Amino acid sequence: MLSIKNLRAGIPGNEILKGINLEVKAGEVHAIMGPNGSGKSTLSSVLAGKENYQVTEGEIWFSPPSPRGEGSGMRRKNLLEMSPEERAREGVFLAFQYPVEIPGVSNINFLKTAINEIRLHRKQPPMETKDFLKLIKEKQALVELQGTLANRSVNEGFSGGEKKRNEIFQMAVLEPTLCILDETDSGLDIDALRIVANGVNKLRSKDRAFVVITHYQRLLDHIIPDFVHVLSNGKIIKSGGKELALELEAKGYDWIKEKDQT
Amino acid sequence: MAEKNDILEKQISSDYKYGFTSDIDMDTAPMGLSEDIVRFISKKKNEPEWMLEFRLKAYRHWLKMEEPHEWAHLEYPKINYQNIIFYAAPKQKKELASLDEVDPELLKTFEKLGISLEEQKRLSGVQSTIAVDAVIDSVSVKTTFKEVLAEKGIIFCSFSEAVQEHPELIKKYMGSVVPYSDNYFAALNSAVFTDGSFCYIPKGVRCPMELSTYFRINTAGTGQFERTLIVADEGAYVSYLEGCTAPRRDENQLHAAVVEIVAHKNGEVKYSTVQNWYPGDKNGKGGIYNFVTKRGICREENSKISWTQVETGSAITWKYPSVILKGDNSVGEFYSVAVTNNHQQADTGTKMLHIGKNTRSTIVSKGISAGCSNNAYRGLVRVAKGAKNARNFSQCDSLLMGDKCGAHTFPYIEIKDKTAVVEHEATTSKIGEDQLFYCQQRGIDKEKAIGLIVNGYCREVFNQLPMEFAVEAQKLLAVSLEGSVG
Ligand SMILES: Nc1ncnc2c1ncn2[C@@H]1O[C@H](COP(=O)(O)OP(=O)(O)O)[C@@H](O)[C@H]1O
Ligand SMILES: [Mg+2]
Repeated sequence: MLSIKNLRAGIPGNEILKGINLEVKAGEVHAIMGPNGSGKSTLSSVLAGKENYQVTEGEIWFSPPSPRGEGSGMRRKNLLEMSPEERAREGVFLAFQYPVEIPGVSNINFLKTAINEIRLHRKQPPMETKDFLKLIKEKQALVELQGTLANRSVNEGFSGGEKKRNEIFQMAVLEPTLCILDETDSGLDIDALRIVANGVNKLRSKDRAFVVITHYQRLLDHIIPDFVHVLSNGKIIKSGGKELALELEAKGYDWIKEKDQT
Repeated sequence: MAEKNDILEKQISSDYKYGFTSDIDMDTAPMGLSEDIVRFISKKKNEPEWMLEFRLKAYRHWLKMEEPHEWAHLEYPKINYQNIIFYAAPKQKKELASLDEVDPELLKTFEKLGISLEEQKRLSGVQSTIAVDAVIDSVSVKTTFKEVLAEKGIIFCSFSEAVQEHPELIKKYMGSVVPYSDNYFAALNSAVFTDGSFCYIPKGVRCPMELSTYFRINTAGTGQFERTLIVADEGAYVSYLEGCTAPRRDENQLHAAVVEIVAHKNGEVKYSTVQNWYPGDKNGKGGIYNFVTKRGICREENSKISWTQVETGSAITWKYPSVILKGDNSVGEFYSVAVTNNHQQADTGTKMLHIGKNTRSTIVSKGISAGCSNNAYRGLVRVAKGAKNARNFSQCDSLLMGDKCGAHTFPYIEIKDKTAVVEHEATTSKIGEDQLFYCQQRGIDKEKAIGLIVNGYCREVFNQLPMEFAVEAQKLLAVSLEGSVG
């Protein structure tokens, strides 16, 4: 579903991603771990199309499962040629490490606008208000988000935990095919962590893939990944199964970094 | 980058959709201003002697005054008053028995503007009924729902008609809030005003529908000088709406209106404006000079006056809707969204003058500047000696789009009573890249995202507008700012 080939990107004068290769298939969960500053958020921003970052080399291909069972190869998209909103409408979703506040715009209005833009892209008519409200109610329950939050301004005055839950709530409503979670676990207490992980697990399906970026292993106790990758200084230096996360937890990142250098 | 240029391109070609002209047979005064012109206007309107006297007094006073150029944050060339036509009216028979007698071209004009002069109840049931006074250039052409309103004793008619039919009310209230000597443009208006609306809500009556006046400048080279007077007697309530547009023209046109509001004991007036005069082209050519004096007085206790304005048009806007809080426990409110784009200039704000005891005022001003425009908030809060326990809260926010525009805030606070509590908050912000990217990541393109963010920013003000107007205002905002991010 997602194929990253030798991706190099950064800001002028500073290469942050130094040749990333990653293959993600539908149904899989990939965890990307790494120390602070290793380029995890940059990778998620580049996948989502943030303009500040320049891609100097490499390719990113996205092949969402085709709705009518046509071969998935037929819908292979070059993400680097698409605007951020086109990527989103095609099913790329980023749960932000730092969700942004939009004063005066209610969460509900924001989501309704988003969902209808996505539907328009799929040549579907706008959603009926009553169907939309039903959907909101159902998805709110999924992340145990209080009803009042939906009516408040987007992320404004939300606690850190509420913001993260709101990201997962939006993800649940928009039903993307590729879900990128950037440190959704940071700043969450253990209950909130379980709620978020539960929400994600319920959204797992054979047609959907997850890239879960995290600094700590504890999230991966709840969301069991199929693959774990270690990102360090802009490169994936080690990949493995879920046990790799435990090993990292026990030995720290330095263990691999040193090994990598020898 | 390519995409940004696209959006800019669109902005540049984006149209002022009310810029058309109508070919209506007009009756106009000779160009220029003199005592004879003042008499000409008065005669055209068949006015009584006292009205002419008022005009002449104002005119003579005006001659002694100087056009203000120094103090406001505005730049404009000296206006040549001998180049303006001070009176233009669609030719028609004097009394209209029905709409059928109105020039069809004129009806079409208002239809194009989305203003219904037909008195049908709207079908949807959700929308409230609105009575309309339609003013084109110098005269009111039609006032709807007059009879329905009359049953409740409400007077809603053109100012000219009120001078004829209700002289005692006009004599009593006209100039009582804005004296002809108040300022240069108020003096000019008092001398040459042509039409406008008058409403009077009698004791204890809650006006059952929104009253509105729709102003339209059509004839080239004319100025529009309308005068509106609204009186809420004891315990009365009315919500009044004002809308304005003008054709696209290369020369500047002057609009110098006076609005006076009087609220008696327990009376309340809510006045909302959506001002969308032609703003000029992208290079700052043409557009309306909107120099307006709006003031209300809370004459007795527990009265309330609330101004809500959405200012998107005009080349230059100079206006400070104000409230004199004379009655004890009276309340004044000012909610404003002022948008400037391209080369527009706006200097707008309010004055809250606290005189009675326990008076309260609220000021919420949201300025949005884009392009090379300049947007200034100028507000005065004055608490007189003996105005015990006066309260004011002011919030002035500015939003900048791009780096060629300017936002300025000039709050003046004069407090002569120690018991007053006055709070002022001000912020300046930009639409963040982060906000835009967040919206885009959810599938919302830049243009829509800006609309969403700006509407969110203005929400407190839009919430004050009647439903239909709020929707209109949101759309207008989107059009005014189309593509202004870069
Ligand atoms: N927009 C930017 N401008 C300047 N430096 C940046 C920018 N984005 C990321 N960086 C730098 O790139 C490195 C990787 O950052 P980031 O991707 O946020 O790491 P992580 O998410 O793994 O903590 C850091 O050194 C950071 O300071
Ligand atoms: Mg990060």
